[in-house]
Amino acid sequence: MSPATGPVRWPGAQPFPQAAAVQLGKAEQRATLERVTHQIRAKRAAVVAERDDWEDLRRAGERIKDRTLRHLDSYLEQAEQALVRAGAIVHWAADAAQANHIVHRLVRDTGQREVVKVKSMVTAEIGLNEYLADRGITAIETDLAELIVQLGDDLPSHIVVPAIHRNRREIRDLLAERMPGTPADLGDSPAELAAQARRHLRETFLRARVAVSGANFVVAETGTLVVVESEGNGRMCLTLPERLITVVGIEKVVPTFADLEVFLQLLPRSSTGERMNPYTSLWTGVKPGDGPQQVHVVFLDNGRTRALADPVGRQALRCIRCSACLNVCPVYERTGGHAYGSVYPGPIGAILTPQLRGLGDRVDRSLPYASSLCGACFEVCPVRIDIPRVLIHLRAKVVDHERSHGSNLVERTAFRAATAGLGNRALYQVGLRVGLPLAHVVAGQDGVRDLPSVGGRWTQSRDVPQPPRQSFRAWWAEQTRGERGSGGEGLS
Amino acid sequence: MRIALFVTCVNDAMFPDTGKATAAILRRLGHDLEFPAAQTCCGQPLVNSGYPRATVPLVERFVRTFAGYDVVVSPSASCVSMVRESYPRLAAEAGGTLEADVEALTPRVLELSQLLLDVLQVEDVGARFPHTVTYHPACHGLRMLHLGDRYQRLLRAVDGLTLLDLPRADECCGFGGTFALKNADTSSAMVASKVDAVLASAAQVLASSDNSCLVNIAGALVRRDPTVRTMHAAEILATTPADGERWRTKLPALAEGGAR
Repeated sequence: MSPATGPVRWPGAQPFPQAAAVQLGKAEQRATLERVTHQIRAKRAAVVAERDDWEDLRRAGERIKDRTLRHLDSYLEQAEQALVRAGAIVHWAADAAQANHIVHRLVRDTGQREVVKVKSMVTAEIGLNEYLADRGITAIETDLAELIVQLGDDLPSHIVVPAIHRNRREIRDLLAERMPGTPADLGDSPAELAAQARRHLRETFLRARVAVSGANFVVAETGTLVVVESEGNGRMCLTLPERLITVVGIEKVVPTFADLEVFLQLLPRSSTGERMNPYTSLWTGVKPGDGPQQVHVVFLDNGRTRALADPVGRQALRCIRCSACLNVCPVYERTGGHAYGSVYPGPIGAILTPQLRGLGDRVDRSLPYASSLCGACFEVCPVRIDIPRVLIHLRAKVVDHERSHGSNLVERTAFRAATAGLGNRALYQVGLRVGLPLAHVVAGQDGVRDLPSVGGRWTQSRDVPQPPRQSFRAWWAEQTRGERGSGGEGLS
Repeated sequence: MRIALFVTCVNDAMFPDTGKATAAILRRLGHDLEFPAAQTCCGQPLVNSGYPRATVPLVERFVRTFAGYDVVVSPSASCVSMVRESYPRLAAEAGGTLEADVEALTPRVLELSQLLLDVLQVEDVGARFPHTVTYHPACHGLRMLHLGDRYQRLLRAVDGLTLLDLPRADECCGFGGTFALKNADTSSAMVASKVDAVLASAAQVLASSDNSCLVNIAGALVRRDPTVRTMHAAEILATTPADGERWRTKLPALAEGGAR
């Protein structure tokens, strides 16, 4: 059920424009998304503004990640050696199928039928919960929002706030219906909802023997793994069970412990708009008598090497999964995360997913176009990923793909015609001289309210103004006739 | 100082009055400008749609057309950011001498408000426009060219003009070139929010640095409230107590004491 490579695609995913149309129709979700993204946006802006060295921090983050990616092979080997030295067991997975297989074997060997999970993007990326469920093992999400998604048989729609598309009334109803032991008169205040989840989860933590996590960072020099979280559920998972299995993308490595200084400042401010997140857990292999005694680390490629091979696209691998680009994106704010069809939504998803999965299917090929290129994502990215630049780069790759497959002929022909017209002054001028007066008359004084074909996508919400009778260049030629050096409409 | 006007293809074909306004402002300040007729389009629609190689001839054309000028001015933040941000990369990918030519030219390509404030150091251009105005800072001007509050400063200096705040001004209007067609539903949702903001500002006129954003907003705005006008900011700056909006039909005389 898992694909051979790349992040899991949501069942029945449609290309972005169609998927977005469905999501845009959900009025309650739109109101929630608009409210919450603006709240987080404002919090982030406030705590970022406190730092007069924010730009320096961003550049430091960018440089550390770039240096790591340039020498990824040696840093990974260094990380492996440090981990092994500290008593951890290291596994390597080329793709989702291998990673799932490894994790399943590690759980099965314990004889346990249940694992607790720290919220992790990478295990969602490989579809681990579903893989384990098919083999009789229940994976219990312990992050509140992730648990809400799981209880509702729902899909996450945000990297940090996976249930962002749900308001608290919906969450209350879900807990009352699906969480065992929830009182029927549970209120919908965040405190009451969290308290109920805590009652439910505490028992689970105490009986769990195996935990599965991701990691925000892996320090190559020490073999230290880092999880950054808000609720403390992660701390429970990372300390109480006997066996801890951590799945981590190969791009999560940082060279030195000191490098964490930069990222532990960048991440919480960018992500939740906090100066510091409530829980930062670090563990280095096994400490006898303290915490999990069997520590496994699964390094996952799953398309990352493919992304690394692209000199422009590879900057997406700097991502520290903060979600600032989602929260600030005018497209994400309206469509939510489900429209992107896989675990990584928003602007970063639009550049990461097609690189990890390749451009083989039309859903992936639609993602680089899911942006108006407004640049808000680049402006907030704590590691300076130039997302608009990568989007444009990937669009060119999509066009190359279509060219080699002979598809999308109409658009390619239209652009070829446009190129010819704009590249040839005579054609351009004749077009204006002949086309404008005609369009002026056809459109009429009130402009056009209803265009046919592709134009209808414009006029579904917008009129087209009446074109002028005369181009600027024609007017200029009239006005400056006889003046020296003012150009004109002649052919030179 | 030899100034060339790069009017942009959108203005040439659809909004000639923005080009006229740009010329009027500069001529009244005593700066003649030329319109090299070999210019066409900067190529942004091509490169943003995934056709970078097809854009190179347009880069070459731009360089050929404008290399001889001291300053190239354009009333479009988006097209200027295309030239300044994307041309160096496209030229480097194309190879040959284009890269050096682009490097030499692009720092001299300025958006109108940059020329007025940074080079000519004029904040009050002598305009009069007794209306309430709100300003949409188009994304490329805001985040690529970093125009900051240049247009707001120019507009505040206009006699009789009251500049009103636009709520959530820094949010995209949803145009995005082919985005408006390829993702029409999302684009429509975005422009609806922008129209809400314009109406909430209660301004009589919406101004911006880019007609491509304005054609998007205006097209939706006219369906909600046809009484709100949309104008390129240059058109407001060209409107004077003496001549009103006569610049729309007649190029003003070159004032004495300019740079030529």
